[in-house]
Amino acid sequence: MAQLEFVLSGEEKAVYSLRALYLKYGYAQYKMSKFEEYDLYVKNKDFLVSDNVITFTDTDGKLMALKPDVTLSIIKNSKDNPDGALKVCYNENVYRVAKGTNSFKELMQVGLERLGNIDNDAISEVLFLAAESLKTVSESYVLDISSLDLVKTIMDDAGISFEGEKEILSYLAEKNIQGVSAVCIREKVSEQKAELIKKLVTIYGAPEKVLTELSRLNLSAKTKAAVKNLAVIVDGLKNKGVIDNARIDFSVVNNMKYYNGIVFKGFVEGIPNGILSGGQYDKLMQKMGKQSKAIGFAVYLDDINKLPEKNG
Amino acid sequence: MKTMLNIALPKGRLGEKVYDMFEKADFPCPSIKENNRKLIFENEQAGVRFFWVKPSDVAIYVERGAADIGVAGKDILLEYRPDVYELLDLKIGKCDMAVAAKAGFNDDRKRTLTVATKFTNIAKAYYSTLGRDIDIIHLNGSIELAPILGLSDVIVDIVETGATLKENNLVVVEKFQPISARLIANKANFKFKNAVVEKIMEELAKLTENN
Repeated sequence: MAQLEFVLSGEEKAVYSLRALYLKYGYAQYKMSKFEEYDLYVKNKDFLVSDNVITFTDTDGKLMALKPDVTLSIIKNSKDNPDGALKVCYNENVYRVAKGTNSFKELMQVGLERLGNIDNDAISEVLFLAAESLKTVSESYVLDISSLDLVKTIMDDAGISFEGEKEILSYLAEKNIQGVSAVCIREKVSEQKAELIKKLVTIYGAPEKVLTELSRLNLSAKTKAAVKNLAVIVDGLKNKGVIDNARIDFSVVNNMKYYNGIVFKGFVEGIPNGILSGGQYDKLMQKMGKQSKAIGFAVYLDDINKLPEKNG
Repeated sequence: MKTMLNIALPKGRLGEKVYDMFEKADFPCPSIKENNRKLIFENEQAGVRFFWVKPSDVAIYVERGAADIGVAGKDILLEYRPDVYELLDLKIGKCDMAVAAKAGFNDDRKRTLTVATKFTNIAKAYYSTLGRDIDIIHLNGSIELAPILGLSDVIVDIVETGATLKENNLVVVEKFQPISARLIANKANFKFKNAVVEKIMEELAKLTENN
């Protein structure tokens, strides 16, 4: 066994250590052995990171696709059980067009999904595993956590239109405070409400610091409930000992058509882009006709070989 | 060893103005003013390393993490849509993205409009909001020539004073997007070098109030 150290590349080592981690916490290995119909991906085009899919015709004439994503297949092929706890993990190659290029790439993606009854414990567990996954890659990591419910209620309270909401979300993702402010002015949001929206850009960092700052603001009852919910999750992380590398950061913005509640993104020092991305996606479940709730994340390992080799 | 903050500046007049702002913000690097062909300038004491890159490349350096922060025009950010944080409008290098055509040109919408531009994505996005069908001709420079020689009906380009347009008998049809220089940061490095980036942001923000 010791020899494996020398045989495996950084990426392969990560795949196996992540799988060991997920199995230990009761996530069963999910293997995709068949192809999905192209239709599955077209229906949920916005859920995918890139909207290009490699297609081919099956022997019976059906239009099939090489998977750009694993989550959709897991949802589709799982039994709907709103009270249960289906825990699966996977490592699969996915096919996507890399940003800024015009050609398809094969990427190794590792991840896990938890479907069924998602309570705060379940969310904390998945966040904990996300933090542990990042730690497997590098000791120097950050897990950014946001609450889409909180962001949404603050915007709703200010009466932002559907179009304005989309713009504000994209400015939030850029931490572009002047952009946010311009939309607020255009939408004639009161100064006080606009200040609150801008706080979503300026308040970020250690969870407890952010929660204290949020508690000082003049928030509506609905928003307060979202803050309280976030505080419960933060407590969960504290109990599991992964609070030190967690940050609350509302620049983590996932598509609200599919995601709700807690969303998160992970970074390690030395890799310029996020390598982990996930969140609660109850809305996607509804779209696919399921009653269950769900949360999950994916780790992208294609950039991992850029890191210097870990010793020991 | 102290970790250095890598800063990509756009080569040229704008970059020099931006450097002056960094100097005033207490992140100086005097060697940058020496007249030589060096590309990288360091000030270990202040913990900064500056380098000059082509303005349109700044976003790429930052997105890929070779630079932690940088200064790029809004035009570049709109055109390439890099995955970076856009922390601050520096309010310098101000100009507009505009449509220009030969004096007297009138778009009667009877046929596809040909548009010559360096900024293909911006032009496409703009005309799609108007619901106007266009043919794009991508050029790398001297865009103003295109309508004069009949290569295109209109151009989409940056207009500062409008002097070049005027001298070539072209007029601005519409200014549709104000442009200025922006401070951008790599998303991962922003987190790992947060203290110093925050400091720079704060100091530069104070300076921009006067711009």
